[in-house]
Amino acid sequence: MAALWGGLFRLGSMLSLSCLALSVLLLVQLSDAAKNFEDVRCKCICPPYKDNSGHIYNKNISQKDCDCLHVVDPMPVLGPDVEAYCLRCECKYEERSSVTIKVTIIIYLSILGLLLLYMVYLTLVEPILKRRLFGHSQLIQSDDDVGDHQPFANAHDVLARSRSRANVLNKVEYAQQRWKLQVQEQRKSVFDRHVVLS
Amino acid sequence: SMVNAGAMSGSGNLMDFLDEPFPDVGTYEDFHTIDWLREKSRDTDRHRKITSKSKESIWEFIKSLLDAWSGWVVMLLIGLLAGTLAGVIDLAVDWMTDLKEGVCLSAFWYSHEQCCWTSNETTFEDRDKCPLWKKWSELLVNQSEGASAYILNYLMYILWALLFAFLAVSLVRVFAPYACGSGIPEIKTILSGFIIRGYLGKWTLLIKTVTLVLVVSSGLSLGKEGPLVHVACCCGNFFSSLFSKYSKNEGKRREVLSAAAAAGVSVAFGAPIGGVLFSLEEVSYYFPLKTLWRSFFAALVAAFTLRSINPFGNSRLVLFYVEYHTPWYMAELFPFILLGVFGGLWGTLFIRCNIAWCRRRKTTKLGKYPVLEVIVVTAVTAIIAYPNPYTRQSTSELISELFNDCGALESSQLCDYVNDPNMTRPVDDIPDRPAGVGVYTAMWQLALALVFKIVITIFTFGMKIPSGLFIPSMAVGAMAGRMVGIGVEQLAYHHHDWIIFRNWCRPGADCVTPGLYAMVGAAACLGGVTRMTVSLVVIMFELTGGLEYIVPLMAAAVTSKWVADAFGKEGIYEAHIHLNGYPFLDVKDEFTHRTLATDVMRPRRGEPPLSVLTQDSMTVEDVETLIKETDYNGFPVVVSRDSERLIGFAQRRELILAIKNARQRQEGIVSNSIMYFTEEPPELPANSPHPLKLRRILNLSPFTVTDHTPMETVVDIFRKLGLRQCLVTRSGRLLGIITKKDVLRHMAQMANQDPESIMFN
Repeated sequence: MAALWGGLFRLGSMLSLSCLALSVLLLVQLSDAAKNFEDVRCKCICPPYKDNSGHIYNKNISQKDCDCLHVVDPMPVLGPDVEAYCLRCECKYEERSSVTIKVTIIIYLSILGLLLLYMVYLTLVEPILKRRLFGHSQLIQSDDDVGDHQPFANAHDVLARSRSRANVLNKVEYAQQRWKLQVQEQRKSVFDRHVVLS
Repeated sequence: SMVNAGAMSGSGNLMDFLDEPFPDVGTYEDFHTIDWLREKSRDTDRHRKITSKSKESIWEFIKSLLDAWSGWVVMLLIGLLAGTLAGVIDLAVDWMTDLKEGVCLSAFWYSHEQCCWTSNETTFEDRDKCPLWKKWSELLVNQSEGASAYILNYLMYILWALLFAFLAVSLVRVFAPYACGSGIPEIKTILSGFIIRGYLGKWTLLIKTVTLVLVVSSGLSLGKEGPLVHVACCCGNFFSSLFSKYSKNEGKRREVLSAAAAAGVSVAFGAPIGGVLFSLEEVSYYFPLKTLWRSFFAALVAAFTLRSINPFGNSRLVLFYVEYHTPWYMAELFPFILLGVFGGLWGTLFIRCNIAWCRRRKTTKLGKYPVLEVIVVTAVTAIIAYPNPYTRQSTSELISELFNDCGALESSQLCDYVNDPNMTRPVDDIPDRPAGVGVYTAMWQLALALVFKIVITIFTFGMKIPSGLFIPSMAVGAMAGRMVGIGVEQLAYHHHDWIIFRNWCRPGADCVTPGLYAMVGAAACLGGVTRMTVSLVVIMFELTGGLEYIVPLMAAAVTSKWVADAFGKEGIYEAHIHLNGYPFLDVKDEFTHRTLATDVMRPRRGEPPLSVLTQDSMTVEDVETLIKETDYNGFPVVVSRDSERLIGFAQRRELILAIKNARQRQEGIVSNSIMYFTEEPPELPANSPHPLKLRRILNLSPFTVTDHTPMETVVDIFRKLGLRQCLVTRSGRLLGIITKKDVLRHMAQMANQDPESIMFN
């Protein structure tokens, strides 16, 4: 029974993560529908011709009207030259979604900011806090950690201590310490012993 | 119920998922190889059970349908998430790359191109300038031209690049050390059956995505295609853990990972078919036909998701899509083959130098300062890259510019041809023109950029940050190809009366397309370094949107592979696998020596005899001593020490777990209890302790070969069946054992490599 609840909980957390991803996608699709007026354009580039210099024309127009005659306004040449001028112009229909760009960049920057804050907390703040709470003696490192200024260096000490109490907060801390131990193992094999991923 | 390592005070059953998962019989240890045959038979059992139960009730029938469809659901989810992440990465890279040079005042989240999108002040000559986009010198000291502005922009560029690289390497080091490197060598090894716990985990996924954006934006000479394959495989691992069909079976999980790798390449290049072929050719080990169709589905869903996010506008999937259709001529095959030779030579040079540098990083003090190394390489890259406009821009934009054909409308220096003012041809049929001053400047700048990229990529690939290899190789090839193309074009224009040009290149016609030469060069260099064949050609023709150029691409790819194979058989990924000593039995290696199984098996002459278990005469204490004193992964079980007839094979991990379980739970098991593997307990004297039956952990069908089996056959068996060990018998008696490590060492010895470099089992 406990295993069933545990499995359901794990399933729930993973489903919520995937729902987050899917909701981002849906947001993108919805933003596609409510397109900004300025997010659609027809861009015509016309090179220099006779006495006229080159020019770029932009106009917000639908795709079927995206050609030289509709976009180039005012037409710099007259009468029979229009066809020759327009033949050298290249018109392209472009669209973008400014909402998608804004949402993506802001989400990315917030995730990056959170990670940086957590990294600063783990490397700088937490050792200071632990030293104040548990006193100096408890942070004596084991032999192979001498001189190890890596983060999570005291993970197995905390693991050993927290096994005695079993309430919710401690279980969260226990899981966090287990994760730290895993990362420390990974760091040893990648950075120190160069066993994996040389 | 689960047994915790600690007191269970009955509190918080909901929080059980936070506890350490109890390692049950049937899971594998870290850095070990899986047993493919057992996984396959477990899956067959599961399927048979579901099928037989489905006839019982409607609910069971629905459950069996859900089980059958779960594979497709997983593929759909993988495609969606991989496409979304690739879109996020593309958009973020686009913005952050331009952040090094300036910022958009109206909305800070716009890159340079997006900022000037709505502006009406762009002129034909200065297409990049618009008043809303300010360079850093304009913001800080209010000057946009002049020496001080240049120096300030230079300094800001270097500072931003250093900041991005430092953040990236710190994040990798603190949160997920497995997120560094390309990922493809390790994924190849994982797909062949190796276990690396945490390599495809959630933290690795998050950190790899975030730091990939940072390192690509910092201007380092690396790409994002290899890391995108890693990201997609992490997504695959994540979704397969939601379904017990895949989470409990390592063999089925690898099918999902093969399909996820295809989705990764599909979004990296906008090439779904190329992605499937890449997964088939380069990454996967076993690729059943069912996986082919499912990989295609995942790749298509991923490409479609990326297309709807539309990061590059115009529903393009990759920055360097080209769609021109100018024909090529047979005489041009000669420079294409030359480009192929260049690609092969460069590939060989790169692999040798990069492996030498990585080996130095692994063995000397250089490897102790990963953060410092990243910062130094970034500084050198930024300092040398800024003055040359072709290295200042991002490598994808460079490739896009080199692939493009020059119409009358391009304003870049590369297209500074002398135009005939009276010419009235339409835009896409401009005849060959003489080169202007800009083109000559561009040529020597490209030459300098080429040399720089060749050198710096050797030091960049393999650092402790996510780094891919596809884009730098394509850039090297594109630069070389474009230079050759411009050379041929000018030669054809100025000497159109030579015999070779007279037939196909009349004056006033558009004969030579330098952009095509750039594409061929890119394909040649990529093929030379990775030794891809079919998948490379398919990816390139999906990039160009047309079938016209298949023959030049194939010619270059084949030539570069031949030239590169003449110097060494390994591509870059196999070379890194060998460098790390992963137990990867390559299907491409041919074993042609005439050794026999008896030459490779252990124990050799002079070694202590084989450690075996007997079927009913050892005590629990004997077995525990044997396990403690040796570190073998398994022990053969024989009838008795006199007649060494083979019964089966027992895994070390399962022995340990079973004995521990028995001591804790079963009544009367003590150190003196006899351990037996037969059906019926042996005859024991009256007051002996309760015997321990361990038949359920015994593999009754271990693979055996005779001592005169040629090693060619043994290697074939290991490859085709994915074995971990194989027992050697003669006349039914057990002689020795051959493990995968022994096979790899023997192959290395035969190929005159260092057999001690094989590290893992």
